[in-house]
Amino acid sequence: MIFLKLFFEFFKVGLFAVGGGMATFPFLSELGPRTGWFTQSQLADMVAVSESTPGPIGVNMASYVGFTTAGVPGAVVATLGLITPSVIIILLVARVLAAFRESRLVQNIFYGLRPASAGLIAAAGLSVAALSLLDRETYAVSGQILDLFRWKGLLLAAVLLYLTRWCKPTKELHPVVFIAVAAAAGILFRFAGA
Amino acid sequence: MNDYLRLFGAFARIGVLTFGGGYAMLPMLQKEVVEKYGWATEEELMDYYAIGQCTPGVIAVNTATFVGRKQKGTLGGVAATLGVVFPSLVIITVIAAFLANFADLPVVKNAFAGIRVCVCVLIFNAVCRLWKKSVTDKPALVICLAVLAGSLLLDLSPVVFVLLAGAAGVAVKTWEAKRS
Repeated sequence: MIFLKLFFEFFKVGLFAVGGGMATFPFLSELGPRTGWFTQSQLADMVAVSESTPGPIGVNMASYVGFTTAGVPGAVVATLGLITPSVIIILLVARVLAAFRESRLVQNIFYGLRPASAGLIAAAGLSVAALSLLDRETYAVSGQILDLFRWKGLLLAAVLLYLTRWCKPTKELHPVVFIAVAAAAGILFRFAGA
Repeated sequence: MNDYLRLFGAFARIGVLTFGGGYAMLPMLQKEVVEKYGWATEEELMDYYAIGQCTPGVIAVNTATFVGRKQKGTLGGVAATLGVVFPSLVIITVIAAFLANFADLPVVKNAFAGIRVCVCVLIFNAVCRLWKKSVTDKPALVICLAVLAGSLLLDLSPVVFVLLAGAAGVAVKTWEAKRS
């Protein structure tokens, strides 16, 4: 029963992804290969669409994965799965708001969870980087180390890194701007070779 | 009934008008929840938002549940939450259906190959932001690197790392408290 499975998987994501937005990404990066519902490069496309459309990123990703897996009902079920643990937890926490905020135990748990979230996202990010910046197939055939790298991609990554982190006038711009720039570069320089 | 619809509507508006989630959402929340409807004070909203960040799940959803619950109890929380996700569902479904039809065009393939490079950079930046906020001392650094190495090398669900990291946080803090 695909809908039950979708709901259950996204319930898990909603329950364990801590730190908003991108925190759902490592869970989905593990979910795709395990279930065969979507590939890593489809997931990367979903991140891009989720970042450039309105709404919370985590919710957008759930809707997208759900739709890709089982159409419109899939999108609804995945989204409901994602938000159900949130609703339950917040309704419980709201009753004990003051106690929760001052609880040493809760603070200590989150002291451990936040760096873990950074580590999980970094690991999942590396898998997308390997996909878009390395060309392992050509390397496997030619054995030439220079063939391992997608030079156009690396150059674009360097430019985007500069624009988003160090270049004062552009670094505060919305991610959708950089996504548009990258799409234009991809078309202009035939990134997919198509 | 009207109250539930108002909650749903206000949070649907917040959902439509927040681009990128997270911090982008705060000004919209302030405008709708504090200024327009007076559902919560500025301080309450900041509290909800802060707790929304350190409870599992999507921050926007957590905050919506808080505000809705305060207004109309459990059902209010559900109405506000459904409101905040409704625009995402519609917009993403339309885009996904549209893209699925054009995915094989060369121009679309090239564009997404470029976009994927940008996604790497955006993820890198997200990690840097989280790193700055969370890796504040040596034990936190160890937890972060251990989880990174573990998830690269071992074929385990992220759930396992989350549970272990929570336990590690408690262990480290308990040990520090005992020593001092």
